[in-house]
Amino acid sequence: MPLQSLDIAARSATTTPPPGIRKTLEVAKLIDVTKCIGCKACQVACMQWNDVRDEVGENHGTYDNPRDLTANSWTVMRYSEVESQERGLEWLIRKDGCMHCEDPGCLKACPSPGAIIKYANGIVDMQQENCIGCGYCITGCPFNVPRISEKDHKAYKCTLCSDRVAVGLEPACVKVCPTGCISFGSKEDMKDIAEERVVELKERGYGNAGLYDPQGVGGTHVMYVLHHADKPGLYHDLPTDPAISPMVSLWKGVTKPLATLGLAAVAIGSLFHYVTKGPNEVSKETEKEVEKELEEEGKQ
Amino acid sequence: MKRDPNDLQRYTASERANHWVVGISFILIALSGLALFHPAFWPLSMLFGGGVWTRILHPFLGVLMAVSFAAMAVRFWKLNVMTPTDWEWLKRAKEMVNGDDHNMPIMGKYNGGQKMLFWALVVCMALLFVSGILIWRAYFSGFFPVGVVRLGAVVHAAVAAVMIALIFVHVYAAIWVKGTIRAMWYGTVTRPWAKQHHRAWYKEMTGK
Ligand code: HEM
Ligand code: SF4
Ligand code: SF4
Repeated sequence: MPLQSLDIAARSATTTPPPGIRKTLEVAKLIDVTKCIGCKACQVACMQWNDVRDEVGENHGTYDNPRDLTANSWTVMRYSEVESQERGLEWLIRKDGCMHCEDPGCLKACPSPGAIIKYANGIVDMQQENCIGCGYCITGCPFNVPRISEKDHKAYKCTLCSDRVAVGLEPACVKVCPTGCISFGSKEDMKDIAEERVVELKERGYGNAGLYDPQGVGGTHVMYVLHHADKPGLYHDLPTDPAISPMVSLWKGVTKPLATLGLAAVAIGSLFHYVTKGPNEVSKETEKEVEKELEEEGKQ
Repeated sequence: MKRDPNDLQRYTASERANHWVVGISFILIALSGLALFHPAFWPLSMLFGGGVWTRILHPFLGVLMAVSFAAMAVRFWKLNVMTPTDWEWLKRAKEMVNGDDHNMPIMGKYNGGQKMLFWALVVCMALLFVSGILIWRAYFSGFFPVGVVRLGAVVHAAVAAVMIALIFVHVYAAIWVKGTIRAMWYGTVTRPWAKQHHRAWYKEMTGK
């Protein structure tokens, strides 16, 4: 159940306004990738706070563990080894997980009323009790984030600790990060912190340092400071200019209400055709012809 | 069971049974699919025991329909090959819809409109089947890139709407042309019906 203190800005598969009279502060989590040492404390804190445990996996020859997001691992560290002429080998580590898009593709795609909600503070949260397990959210998400659990066939992803935030706490990952790489607060404040840090990074020779707050999805409530903001793809294929796919917009846009009207028009049109033109009955003429034929047959 | 010894046999019992399997599964698929199509139809999910059951049942019903439809298509495809007279019929279809069938060309077992419907349904079924597999998250979607699944979702929803409209037309045509629906109940039609609407077939059946 959504917490009442967090007002709702959008609700999946709902055509009327969700409850939302209060004005809440827009929040954001800022992940400063340049300060991350890849210790995975955040991954541990996430599992602990949310009380989910993943299967023990196998070593795939990288530090990525588990190898991908799962229904039980809502955040994973992505380790990318990048070689360039100017800088030699760089180890870029990105904490992956839900970006809490301002314009969430998952919510747009979801067919089940209230299975995904976006709070007024910007957090996008799945309400598993309303989830039907169709996986449309996976199809809709530009960041490949939601996962369906094998156990209960419900969709799971990072909640941005909506339960903690609702009572004035910061997300568990923020709380635990030993290098101060993750900050949490109002989106405005997080942008200010990022701006200062970017200036610092530029002074240190990272000319392309910048904030990742992609406008294609209306901005996100999880943002990154990147040393190479011009090439987000270096960080384990972080999309350069993510947006809800035009296919998803077509699928979930005005076409469906229009198609619905079209179907109604065909049904009502048929009814009116019947009452205006009348049924197509066999004519008396044909009936008589057939009678005559049968009589002749009888005589033979 | 023949109602009248002069009635003409149009469908065998097994053809009718096949058609009813397709028809019943279509109604269930359309209702469960629509529930997920737009929130306006969400209450239809209650017919299937809620949203989760709707999501689970729909694709399996789809497979049932695809198989039974394929069987029906194999039985009927030869009868639905278009001829020049069928095209002529289609050109004049407007007159018929307006209630005047005097100038319509003579038709065999099926008229041009019925044949076009048949082929349109074959295409729709094929597209729905392929796109349905693509968006079947529980078993198949994981094998395809997300771009393909997205295309599948668009195709599935669009073709479903077209197919539902086609079936509306199909059902309405059967209601409009009196004496037709019994062909799907008993398998027989009256002689005057056959002579009026499918004169070439009537001749084939009776020699007249
Ligand atoms: C031929 C085999 C078919 C298969 C395998 C199939 C499969 C699927 C699947 C997997 C879904 C997603 C929801 C879920 O997981 O249950 C779906 C949705 C849907 N299906 Fe089908 N289906 C088939 C045939 C049909 C037919 C014949 C119709 C038309 C009446 C139809 C109409 C729909 C609609 C309207 C939706 C919702 C689409 C949306 O959300 O935009 N399906 N189908
Ligand atoms: S990243 Fe994906 S799952 Fe997270 S809010 Fe955006 S669309 Fe939804
Ligand atoms: S899997 Fe659940 S949350 Fe995802 S789109 Fe389907 S109903 Fe919505």
